[in-house]
Amino acid sequence: MYEFFTTTNLGIALTIVGQVLLIVVPLLVALAFLLYYDRKVWAAVQMRRGPNVVGAFGLLQSFADFLKYVLKEIVVPAGADKFVFFLAPMLSFVLAMVAWAVIPFNDRWVLADVNVAILFVFAVSSLEVYGVIMGGWASNSKYPFLGSLRSAAQMISYEVSIGLIIIGVIISTGSMNFGDIVRAQDGAGLFSWYWLPHFPMVFLFLISAMAETNRPPFDLPEAESELVAGYQVEYSSTPFLLFMIGEYVAIVLMCTLVSILFFGGWLSPIEAIPDGALWLILKIFFFFTIFAMVKAITPRYRYDQLMRIGWKVFLPLSLIWVVLVAFFAQYGAFWGTYARWTVGG
Amino acid sequence: MATDLQTILPELILAVYAMLALVGAVYTGKDNLTGPITWLTAGLMAVLALWIGTGSAGSTQAFGGMFLSDAYARFAKVAILIAGAAVLLSGQEAVARRGLGRFEYPLLIALATVGMMMMVSAGDLMSLYLGLELQSLALYVVAAMNRDSVKSTEAGMKYFVLGALSSGLLLYGASLTYGYAGTTLFSGIIGAATGGEISLGLLIGLVFVSAGLAFKISAVPFHMWTPDVYEGAPTPVTAFFATAPKLAAMGLFARVLFDAFGGAVGDWQQIISLMAILSMALGAVAAIGQTNIKRLMAYSSISHMGFALMGLSAGTALGVQAMLVYMAIYLTMNVGTFAFIMSMERDGKPVTEIASLNQFAKGEPLKALAMLVLLFSLAGVPPMVGFFGKLYVLQAAVDAGLTWLAIGGVIASVISAFYYLRIVYFMYFGQTEGQAQAPMSPAAWVALMGSAAIMVLGVVNLFGIETAAAQAAQALVN
Amino acid sequence: MTVADFAFYAFAVTTLVGGLFTVLARNPVHSVLWLIMAFIGSAGLFVVLGAEFLAMLLMIVYVGAVAVLFLFVVMMLDVDFAELKAGMAKYMPLALLIAVVLLMQMGMIYGTWQFADGAEAARRAVTPDMTEVENTAALGQLIYDDYFLLFQLSGLVLLVAMIGAIVLTLRHRKDIKRQDVLAQMYRDPAKALELVDVKPGQGL
Repeated sequence: MYEFFTTTNLGIALTIVGQVLLIVVPLLVALAFLLYYDRKVWAAVQMRRGPNVVGAFGLLQSFADFLKYVLKEIVVPAGADKFVFFLAPMLSFVLAMVAWAVIPFNDRWVLADVNVAILFVFAVSSLEVYGVIMGGWASNSKYPFLGSLRSAAQMISYEVSIGLIIIGVIISTGSMNFGDIVRAQDGAGLFSWYWLPHFPMVFLFLISAMAETNRPPFDLPEAESELVAGYQVEYSSTPFLLFMIGEYVAIVLMCTLVSILFFGGWLSPIEAIPDGALWLILKIFFFFTIFAMVKAITPRYRYDQLMRIGWKVFLPLSLIWVVLVAFFAQYGAFWGTYARWTVGG
Repeated sequence: MATDLQTILPELILAVYAMLALVGAVYTGKDNLTGPITWLTAGLMAVLALWIGTGSAGSTQAFGGMFLSDAYARFAKVAILIAGAAVLLSGQEAVARRGLGRFEYPLLIALATVGMMMMVSAGDLMSLYLGLELQSLALYVVAAMNRDSVKSTEAGMKYFVLGALSSGLLLYGASLTYGYAGTTLFSGIIGAATGGEISLGLLIGLVFVSAGLAFKISAVPFHMWTPDVYEGAPTPVTAFFATAPKLAAMGLFARVLFDAFGGAVGDWQQIISLMAILSMALGAVAAIGQTNIKRLMAYSSISHMGFALMGLSAGTALGVQAMLVYMAIYLTMNVGTFAFIMSMERDGKPVTEIASLNQFAKGEPLKALAMLVLLFSLAGVPPMVGFFGKLYVLQAAVDAGLTWLAIGGVIASVISAFYYLRIVYFMYFGQTEGQAQAPMSPAAWVALMGSAAIMVLGVVNLFGIETAAAQAAQALVN
Repeated sequence: MTVADFAFYAFAVTTLVGGLFTVLARNPVHSVLWLIMAFIGSAGLFVVLGAEFLAMLLMIVYVGAVAVLFLFVVMMLDVDFAELKAGMAKYMPLALLIAVVLLMQMGMIYGTWQFADGAEAARRAVTPDMTEVENTAALGQLIYDDYFLLFQLSGLVLLVAMIGAIVLTLRHRKDIKRQDVLAQMYRDPAKALELVDVKPGQGL
């Protein structure tokens, strides 16, 4: 039996499918509750009660929404480019899922342990902009188009600083593998994680992640007060659902990235307590809470302010930081905290 | 790495200076600083020229042979730096007067100069290409500097598109060469080429590389951009185009032909001599009908490039020496001539019509005399230095058995004398009054008078430039 | 057929089909989308070759940034393609002639192509031993150590391109008001507001 799953082609394929399901299914189920949680946080900040009807404490609200979306009629606007119109939400959904292939949940618990994992995630997240652009263009409608143009500019702008911040982490680790990055943070618990040496970049990354995923306060592509719902205006039913799931999965992915890059992934904050996947889940949950709170608390940025922060503040700061980290790592400053190379150098 | 950096120190200093000055100017005075930055850049370039000229002899190489520093490179670099500094200074006032006084201008020139220094020192197809692109890109920008003028924009655009095309040709040739030789180092390519019969792949590579480089020196049949770009670009920029980049491209051309394709002299001799005769002929004939002095100078430069190529086509150390001497003289003449063209104006507005020079000698006899000397020298009239430059290349061609080429050169030279002398005729014996004036800044005046004086005084021994050129040629051809 | 073969053919077909339809598609936006597919296919081919770093770079730089800008421009521009095609028809004979000449040259080279002695060895000599270093490290070694000079020169070329773009397009207009964000943030009510006690019936 063991041989069948490790040697024959069919067996290997089945194993991979099983592993994929093992990641995707829990992720989607968790997402249902995270959506619910997001709305609850939002409601709590505004002193409302939030969803509380379907199931106990409204816990099943997301599933009810799901059914409603799936059962509604799909409306395609006249003059829409049908193929691209339907491709866009699917792309958005699939890409959001694909990135999880290289995320390690525990030591060696990863579907594809590739050398350039961090670049893979970065590449996939830079592809996500296509879902938005294609959706906005294919709708053949003005608001979606404006929304998609905005989002293209926005996502490209913030990708630059995310990339530079990631380079700092790569320089410190000497590897682009997530496993290596987390293992490089192992040591004296909480204080050997990268958030301490890369302190200012944690905030830059969090904020850029919000902009990259079109989360409030940077949700200009779908700003309802000016663009109705941006690129999603013409979408209904299942395509809309796919867009929404894609968006939320991307947000959770960003939370995971923050946890892995700066907060030690599966490592436990206190050395006496054993490491494990639970820690990663807790960290993701914590950062998702921050995302939810930010959405509830902050007002939306103006577009020029958004662009100004991206290009005139974040880009120079992260660029300077890369240079600084390179120097610190090369000359072993701060007791070598910036140079935790496991391979080469 | 440390010794490598020491070898490229002059380039490094100029590049770092350009970047620092750029940042400094952006954060402080911006365009108010154009004057000081121009002087500083020119000063630095002059100091570097002095340093390189008097510095260590012998050949060193850096970065695994990608950068060569030998007598040849030093000769070319000194000439490039001096010409660049002279053009910057003599054009500074003209630039300011035309409202083009932006602080980026001298810095782009400095960066272009870095590119040119890289070009003449290149020991690898890749460093060749990058040096060339650095130079060209900076020049595309300064050509279009006067962005409110349609002609200037057109010049920049045309230069850019055709330059990009030529880069494409060059790269195509370079990749074929790499495919054949398995390396981009010149030393490797020459090693691969010497084994008897030259391969077809290498030959086509050579042809395409030559075509790409011929674009940069504007040799016929790749000359089409020259008149339009010369005419459209602001005159101080044209002055720069006509001087340092020409020498750099020519120096690079010789470097590639001898260092990389030295095993195939017979093959490239045909190409070069054909380009030489065509350039000389077209430059001589097409300039006759020109009424705009900048266009005329464009054709003049095409013709002069033909002569320089004639030296190159000899394929001998003597030929390279002749080419270097010719180019040095050409640079000096053009610096002076353009110092004059830049200052030509009528009623406070710049003019470039040849007819406006009618009876110029009556108003300003001294400047007219200097121009007379320069134009005679450009034409190659005997007592002037320009004649000796021509004599050198002709001699080299005859020595190499290219008598037909030498005869062609003499004929072209006689034809081209017509249009140079026509300007002199207008200045002294023009019928109507052209009303052109030439108010000059002291720097431009010095450039004009200095180069005219050199054209006369250099007759004695060419200021010893021959020995330096001979050493340089010896370093290249061995 | 092994998995690697299958992957190769899948990506190769993707690339070719993408490239073909980039040219054939009538709608320019579709052309760009097909082009992206060709990019992704070639990234996959890089992975099959074992050059995963290059593959990811292709995705990030070309698909993630360059093609987005392409798409941006194509969607915004109102290009009259019929007119463009008419222009193309005009120059078609000349273009075909050049193409034929180039093709013949290629054929000639291909027919008689031979490498110099030791070309193969020279080509291999540059690359670090791939069994010892992974390809990202090998690329780093080449770019930042062996080809340091070229890398820095390319940086200078890009700097010049940047200066050029600014010089040729940036206009400092004096007749418009510019927003000074810092000034706005440092403004406080004490400076901006004045409280006036308005007497009834008098106004100010």
